[in-house]
Amino acid sequence: MKKAAHSTDTYNTNHAGRQPVKAGLMITKIILLGLLNALALWAIPILWGDSQWILLGVLVIATAGIDYAFLSKKALPLRFMLPGLLFMMIMVIFPIGYTVYVAFTNFGTGHILTKAQAVDQYTHRYLLQENLPVYTPEYYTDNAGQFAVLLTDPDGRQFVGYEQTLYSLAESPLELVDEDGDGVFDKIGNLGRLGGLEVFSYLGQFEKLVFQYDDHLDNRTDVYLKMRSMDQFASYVPQFEYSAASDTLTDLEDGTAYRVLDGSFVSDSGETLDVGFRTTVGWRNFTSLLTNKRIAGPFWQVFSWTIVWAILSVVTTFALGLLLAVLLNDAKLKLRGLYRVLLIIPYTLPAFISALIWRGMFNTEVGLINNVLGMSIPWLQDPFWAKVALIIVNLWLGFPYMMIISLGALQSIPTDLYEAATVDGASGWHQFWKITFPLLLVSLAPLLIASFAFNFNNFSVIYLVTEGRPAIAGALTPTGATDILITYTYRLAFEGGSGGRYGLASAVSILIFLIVGTISWFNFRFTGALEEVNDNG
Amino acid sequence: MAEQGHRSIKRFFANFLNRFWRHALIWVCIVFALFPVVWIISASLDPANSISGQKLIPPNASFINFQRLFQSEQHPFGIWFLNTFKLCIVTATLVVLITSLAAYAFSRLRFKGRRSGLFAILLIQMFPQMLAMVAIYLIVFMLGEYIPALGLDTHAGLILVYLGGAMGANVWLLKGFFDTIPKSLEESAMIDGATHFQIFWRIILPLARPILVVVFFLQFMATYSEFVIARVLLADTNNLTMAVGLQTFIADQYAKRWGVFAAAALIGALPIVILYWFLQKHLVSGLTRGAVKG
Repeated sequence: MKKAAHSTDTYNTNHAGRQPVKAGLMITKIILLGLLNALALWAIPILWGDSQWILLGVLVIATAGIDYAFLSKKALPLRFMLPGLLFMMIMVIFPIGYTVYVAFTNFGTGHILTKAQAVDQYTHRYLLQENLPVYTPEYYTDNAGQFAVLLTDPDGRQFVGYEQTLYSLAESPLELVDEDGDGVFDKIGNLGRLGGLEVFSYLGQFEKLVFQYDDHLDNRTDVYLKMRSMDQFASYVPQFEYSAASDTLTDLEDGTAYRVLDGSFVSDSGETLDVGFRTTVGWRNFTSLLTNKRIAGPFWQVFSWTIVWAILSVVTTFALGLLLAVLLNDAKLKLRGLYRVLLIIPYTLPAFISALIWRGMFNTEVGLINNVLGMSIPWLQDPFWAKVALIIVNLWLGFPYMMIISLGALQSIPTDLYEAATVDGASGWHQFWKITFPLLLVSLAPLLIASFAFNFNNFSVIYLVTEGRPAIAGALTPTGATDILITYTYRLAFEGGSGGRYGLASAVSILIFLIVGTISWFNFRFTGALEEVNDNG
Repeated sequence: MAEQGHRSIKRFFANFLNRFWRHALIWVCIVFALFPVVWIISASLDPANSISGQKLIPPNASFINFQRLFQSEQHPFGIWFLNTFKLCIVTATLVVLITSLAAYAFSRLRFKGRRSGLFAILLIQMFPQMLAMVAIYLIVFMLGEYIPALGLDTHAGLILVYLGGAMGANVWLLKGFFDTIPKSLEESAMIDGATHFQIFWRIILPLARPILVVVFFLQFMATYSEFVIARVLLADTNNLTMAVGLQTFIADQYAKRWGVFAAAALIGALPIVILYWFLQKHLVSGLTRGAVKG
């Protein structure tokens, strides 16, 4: 209490502003804050216009936080924590929240766009009209983003395509200039004509140009001219029409209506258009993990293997580490120091490198292990052997850690316990199981639980050694027999082919959050981290 | 007499056996621990460059694999190495700055929510960032739409993600050290009108140098070995880190690239092995507190 009061005192003494330096600092501070706020104010309408509510929220909260921290006298501690808190907010807390949001959406391949973007895409799809005339184009640009096309129809009539409209030469808003009098227009307004090869550098932009027919040309208003190939512009009509009132897309060719259903456009006969949009779908991702046979089956396999994997990882590494610790704990043992150094070596290598080396060793055809054993065990092709291989790799990676912590814990067991036991005639074996092991377990339990949580999410080892393979037959998503939940999540979201199921992947992430959270909470109670805070005052 | 002699021989024999099996057991484990390492060293010197038919002592041993490694244009190992170092140094430097600032507040200032803040930081960091990899990917993608320099496939974007995980055990480590620095110096500086930031910068940071170095290298090692997020965010061959690059390089090409891979693995492992032995004391004490190296 006394200490606290004293500290509060000390940071109230220095706001008198004795030195001129402080005035300078103050001005710099205000200028910097001003710039920051100006930047935020500039960005807000842009984000607002794009309906990026999430980014907008983050921006506003971050700016307000910074302003508060530097303008309020009470916020001195916040100033020191601000950088860390901001990064933590943007890249830890916000992603956790966003994961929850995505888990309730259909976000993923085929459902990436917002609804407005998807509708926009459909209304800009055109069907080629073979029966209407084609045009030969000449290309013009001012090299600054302005484009025009001079189109000649089969009868030799010429038109200017400019800013989405087709004009006859007489009506052209831009003047056509034939500088050298060779019958070819060199300029349209200030846009210069592009020679053969020059067009290639602008091909992308010219491909996007669409010119609407003016009604008096062919008495049609819904025809558009678009590039068909570099030397041909052809007539197109829109393929879809969107009605906001009924929220339907109509295929203008055959009149089929597509209604909105779960982020897709579906016709009455059940046909679904290729591009959907993202929307919330309630608990569907979670229920499909439980009920969709081709997802739920593999998912439960992954789930149970994750738990078996985490338990086996802890048990095997702890068993070997403890055995070695007990052997090395004997002060009379010769070469003890050397042994310790040699045994720690696997732990000093980066895990990603070791995992890749082991993957080579386990190679069925050419790997060292089959070579030495003189067998051809399908290490990475058979589900059972792939799991054995993973446990061996993880044993190699993890036993030195267990050895180090066991050695530490062994040294803290009071020796008089053993003396008393020896007097009572207990054998070494008996002493180990009745004294050493229970005491070790108590002091190491938090570390063993932490190790369980770590291995539960041990992405590197699984992904680098087996990539989750061999594949589970009949699975709807890429799923393998050695996948654990975290690699399963990764493959749902990012594996080529049928990846890109962000919603489903996020639902699995939430499940892992819950499990790891429970374990961590349990561990917190164990280690009494809270008391440590209190002790340090 | 004879009886006694017999007994002592027996005891000697039992003792010998007892000692023998201990050493034998330990040696078996040492062989298990070392054979991949020995084998990879041998492979790096084997000009055959293939895992099949590899011998423990390679015939015609040479350093050709190391040369091949730096000549491949398709797999720019040198660039991956530099990328990794750049990411590690920038991330570790910023992490040291960010966390020592926060640790100063937790150690020297008294404010409401200090204890719960310390606790919350630890609790939040219990969730590994990679659990939210999908969200992080989508957020970085969104960010890149407005600020391309922070978008997907940029190092700045990746560093931004890493900085999110900066707070946590590091803050605790630094706060613990700051707490041991006597306050008398600061008190006299305070009387002379120094601000808290000046005290932090001029007094605390120089005195805390040993622990800053430790935090720097711990973060360096963690970033060096980070695989998942780098894998998710980076795409272009010339942008990859060593972890992601090596994985794409060797993927199922053990028959063709084993020797070059071995050379890369040795060079790639070296900085971390050196740092490990340099930091061993802190790592071991950190371990017994519950941190697990990735």
